[in-house]
Amino acid sequence: MLKVHLGQLQPGEVATIALIEAEEGLRQRLHALGFRVTRPVKMIRRAWCNGPLHVRIGSTEVMLRTRDAQEIHIKDICTGVS
Amino acid sequence: MKQIAVLGMPNTGKSTLFNRMTGANANIGNWPGITVDLMMAKVKFGSEVAEMIDLPGIYDLRGFSEDEKVVQNFLENNAINLILMVLNATQLDRQISLALQVKFLGLPTVLLLNMADEASQFGVKLEVDKIAQHLGFPVIPISAKYGDGYEDALGKISEVLSHQENPVLVESFASRFANDQQITEEMARLLQDAVHIPEEMEENLTTKIDRVLLHPFWGLPIFFASMFLMFQIVYAIGTPLQEVMNNGFELLKSRIFEPILTGIPAFAQGFLLDGIYTGITTVLAFIPVILLFFVCMAIIEDSGYLSRSAFLMDALMAKLGLDGRSFVMSLMGFGCNVPAIMGTRVMRSPGLRMLSMLVIPFSLCSARLNVFIFMTTALFNPYIAPFVLFSLYLLSFVAAISTAALFKGQFQNQEPFVLELPPYRFPTVKQMILRSWSEVKHFIRWSNRFIIFGVIAIWGLNNFPMGVTPASAESFSGMIGHITQPVLAPIGINSQLAVALIFGFIAKEIVLGGLAVIYGKSDDTELMGAIAQQVDWVQAYSFMLFTLLYTPCLSTVAVLKTESKKVSFAILSVFWSLALAWISSFIFYQIARRLGF
Repeated sequence: MLKVHLGQLQPGEVATIALIEAEEGLRQRLHALGFRVTRPVKMIRRAWCNGPLHVRIGSTEVMLRTRDAQEIHIKDICTGVS
Repeated sequence: MKQIAVLGMPNTGKSTLFNRMTGANANIGNWPGITVDLMMAKVKFGSEVAEMIDLPGIYDLRGFSEDEKVVQNFLENNAINLILMVLNATQLDRQISLALQVKFLGLPTVLLLNMADEASQFGVKLEVDKIAQHLGFPVIPISAKYGDGYEDALGKISEVLSHQENPVLVESFASRFANDQQITEEMARLLQDAVHIPEEMEENLTTKIDRVLLHPFWGLPIFFASMFLMFQIVYAIGTPLQEVMNNGFELLKSRIFEPILTGIPAFAQGFLLDGIYTGITTVLAFIPVILLFFVCMAIIEDSGYLSRSAFLMDALMAKLGLDGRSFVMSLMGFGCNVPAIMGTRVMRSPGLRMLSMLVIPFSLCSARLNVFIFMTTALFNPYIAPFVLFSLYLLSFVAAISTAALFKGQFQNQEPFVLELPPYRFPTVKQMILRSWSEVKHFIRWSNRFIIFGVIAIWGLNNFPMGVTPASAESFSGMIGHITQPVLAPIGINSQLAVALIFGFIAKEIVLGGLAVIYGKSDDTELMGAIAQQVDWVQAYSFMLFTLLYTPCLSTVAVLKTESKKVSFAILSVFWSLALAWISSFIFYQIARRLGF
């Protein structure tokens, strides 16, 4: 199966986190911010010029760079109600 | 004395709570095992007084950031009676992990769920008793901002504290960490049982505001426009107030101090009035401007707009080898460079930290703002002055950006950048005033320490050797000024201004106090007149450009050294900024003169 990562999600779309492949430090930080396997994540917006992504996970809003978002694999993408 | 360590995640209102409990009477303390200063204060709980220590906000007890290491080392080396934990009630779905980590350490703990008011607005429902059962320690919902639940919290802390006679030290710290698996499982059970969060967060005020402020095209223009507006407000309201202060000081001098001091020798009178009094009051007159400035900064920071600026600027920052946090710290640096440099501790990569620390001193801090407001008012008409001031802010950005672009090769970093965007909150008036007042107190302490020394030194150089005309070419300051002329004349800085600049290295506030002493005019209008007679606008602008960029002040240099742990880095920062300052002023001054100005 082709692996899909968080950086590919379009604004308004929701997906489920399938796997977090980041190094220890980043994984810890992502966990603490609410990124855990099986939780839904929503893409809110993408900044200009390939800038950071703005996502919501649970009640927390987080910005992260596309490079780091590539470490978060997702599945079950659907168009959420915006 | 019993000790309480305050622990929590960032953006939980931990510091607001700490300030509330301690009545903002905290001092800086040193602790075994850690090299940074922590805030601490004595607080009365029931019948006993305990010492509260504010630990930095952290995400994970095992974390790798400097702040997280500080907390680890503190807990490993200091026995404590109680951990007072602060988490955000709305975001308990993720923050509870930190509480579970503490549970596994087995330290006596009380957990406060802050922002309980916000949680109910977001539709988050918490069963506090069940959470306490899972964790095995007391849990109390509060609102540090409005004070709800505050009395309950104090009561519970006193109760638990009274049972903790002996302080506890966590032995073999690292081995007691729970693994991810354990935490994940416990978390799932607890959340299932006691925390109810709506499936899909509703459209709220934050999402609506973000749609405008983080707009892909308009986001940045709006951000810069609001910055410009903020500086305009500070200038428009602050300068008239500064004049009022000045007139007050002048009145005080002519009505009270001059009559009292008439009997004493003229030389001593000159020292007290033209030296100390003039130097200090010229600087103190800026208190309203500084207060206003920090009120604005507090609004921008506490509202959550500051972290949004990281989102807006990150794309550009990434190209400069920095990230959004570097930008946020640079903005904080507009208040004072010192805490901004300490703020880089949240960065893990040494390259990123160093590059950010090299850039921050170019932020036009409030001390430099004093000098610039003064000079622009003296030499430009009231319609142009605010724009001249704004141009200096822009140049401060340009200097920071070019420095990053030039040095990014030396300071490589691959650090991931993930940042929380908290919901918009408007700080209460009390919060704003408390914060700005503590900044002003800091400013006054500073003035007492450095400015008195600076103005006395400058006064001495002006009036010695005995019998010379003050500040003439024969005085020490005249001689020093003369020596510097080969270097400073090409950038339009005369010998009087040069002496002020030399002492400005200690603290930039001295530049202004020093000018007042050198020109021997305590009245601002007279001083402005005296300077305007001697210096034209091209020289003044060149002088301001130089003051903006040349060497960070002594405290900043000291903090650069301690934070980077490298003397060579502090030296690099001093020499690079000195070189950049001279080159910029030279280019400006020579071109302006060639163009016939």
